[in-house]
Amino acid sequence: MNADPTLQRIARDNALALQAAGSWTAGFAPVLETMVAEAEKLAGSRSNISIDVSQVSKLDTFGAWLIERLRRSLTQGGMEAQIAGLSVDYASLVEEVQRVKSAPAAEITQVTISGMLAQIGRTVAGIVGTIVGLIDMLGAVLAASARVLIHPRSFRLPSTVHHLEQVCWRAVPIIVLITFLIGCIIAQQGIFHFRRFGADIFVVDMLGVLVLREIGVLLVAIMVAGRSGSAYTAELGSMKMREEIDALRTMGFDPIEILILPRMLALIIALPILTFLGAMAALYGGGLVAWLYGGVDPEAFLLRLRDSISINHFTVGLVKAPVMAAVIGIVACVEGLAVQGSAESLGQHTTASVVKGIFFVIVMDGVFAIFFASIGM
Amino acid sequence: MAQPASNVVQARSEDIIRVRDITVQFGSTRVLDGLNLDVKRGEILGFVGPSGAGKSVLTRTIIGLVPKVSGSIEVFGVDLDGASSSARRAVERRWGILFQQGALFSSLTVRQNIQFPVREYLKVSQRLLDEIMVAKLGMVGLRPEVADRYPSELSGGMIKRVALARALALDPELVFLDEPTSGLDPIGAGDFDELVRTLQRTLGLTVFMVTHDLDSLYTACDRIAVLGNGKIIAAGSMADMQASQHPWLRQYFHGKRARAVMG
Repeated sequence: MNADPTLQRIARDNALALQAAGSWTAGFAPVLETMVAEAEKLAGSRSNISIDVSQVSKLDTFGAWLIERLRRSLTQGGMEAQIAGLSVDYASLVEEVQRVKSAPAAEITQVTISGMLAQIGRTVAGIVGTIVGLIDMLGAVLAASARVLIHPRSFRLPSTVHHLEQVCWRAVPIIVLITFLIGCIIAQQGIFHFRRFGADIFVVDMLGVLVLREIGVLLVAIMVAGRSGSAYTAELGSMKMREEIDALRTMGFDPIEILILPRMLALIIALPILTFLGAMAALYGGGLVAWLYGGVDPEAFLLRLRDSISINHFTVGLVKAPVMAAVIGIVACVEGLAVQGSAESLGQHTTASVVKGIFFVIVMDGVFAIFFASIGM
Repeated sequence: MAQPASNVVQARSEDIIRVRDITVQFGSTRVLDGLNLDVKRGEILGFVGPSGAGKSVLTRTIIGLVPKVSGSIEVFGVDLDGASSSARRAVERRWGILFQQGALFSSLTVRQNIQFPVREYLKVSQRLLDEIMVAKLGMVGLRPEVADRYPSELSGGMIKRVALARALALDPELVFLDEPTSGLDPIGAGDFDELVRTLQRTLGLTVFMVTHDLDSLYTACDRIAVLGNGKIIAAGSMADMQASQHPWLRQYFHGKRARAVMG
């Protein structure tokens, strides 16, 4: 039954016939296509031609279509072509493919200079749109918080606690580990370079200021953007894809209040806690390295730390944390709600959520640096 | 050369799927319990049973998506447990599957979705790919204009049709249809049953159809198998089903809806 397909020319009197035989099926499609292309060259050589398919042992859509394609191109070449010897079983299949109109070609986008300029314009407009979207979401979240303050019963405590566990409690081990290692590295590098001036002890000043003011909060915020920001975007995005958010809306619930507010609140509570734990872990790691590698014993380290840092350094770090949490949360939620129907779109928005989250965290850090410098903190 | 019609008749006695004693368990819940089932070449088997009885689980077990505890499954005479990966691939090339939710690739257009299996298995020109795509769309009753839309831009019924077109893309010998007519309007569902019949006639297609649509069972199916308590509780023609004294079968085939369909 799986004989190789053939297409032979047979001259009968002054009429020409093409005899197809064997299996005209998908598996032989490449061979069939070349045979049909060869036979198409006969177009115009005689006034009529018949394509005899009585010897075809097996026919499927591929074979049926190629026979139909041959018939069409022969007809176009000015011949009267017809299909003969069609068995009852295959008649409806051939009938089916005869209804096929010519296939529309895939759209090919051409690269032009005006097209490229238009793309740049769209990107710039997109940046403005992003900022407007963030402000929009900030407003919506504030409005939802105000509603919850007026009607505290509508606050979703279980959901908030659940998210707090996800973004805070479960993040503790990895955050503490990473900040501990960074503290170790800063201390080691500091000692290595300060030793040349005999200024080993100043490593404590550097470590204290750096960790409490900048590194602690920045590092934790970047890790949270990568860990929880991406999770928020993926969760909200797949809910959007499956129309769950539309379903909430039609039941008269506000998705901002139910989905976004608990997540934002959890993040805003979590980030200062994680920043504090991270800063402590970094100081501990730095102190350990200073002792074992630099010979600064713990007592001297603590004394020096007390002299070199003030409560201001600590406050500066902690004040920044909730603001950064809000920025990460808003970016993640905006991106999550912007997800379209495809898996690709979900991936793009999750990436954008992390990249934009980290970008805005660093921008905010710069703004805070200017602010604290000008008020002398 | 033998007539194709006699080929079909001759091949009818051959079992295309042979399921023996399979048991499937999720945790401590036994979903399928020593189930036996044969599907013969060229038939349309309608598979029914109460919701949650494990119809989809059986389908997914046969195609290898759900692991089984014990038993054997032969498809096209190949034992799927013992088969090498190339033998398995050869079997997979000969069947097509329509998932309940369509399972179209969301980041590919309709055109790319239908062409995907063809492109992977056969080396054919882009022109033939496009023509076959339009032919398949026509077979499932869609216009070629939908070719460049993404799945998220299609209606539920259209997703079903495109998914069927993709399942049929390689002209398989066996198709699994998981609730194919759910979500289609009655006229569309009727056309679909007619289409399944046509394909079965022309291609000698074997169809394994999980369905709840009494119209489909009545008009399209040659044989009906009923799943209950993890086993096949009855298998046979529509007349056998109606004659059965099993309580669930009596309710199903003599209920209000059934009477409306059968008159």
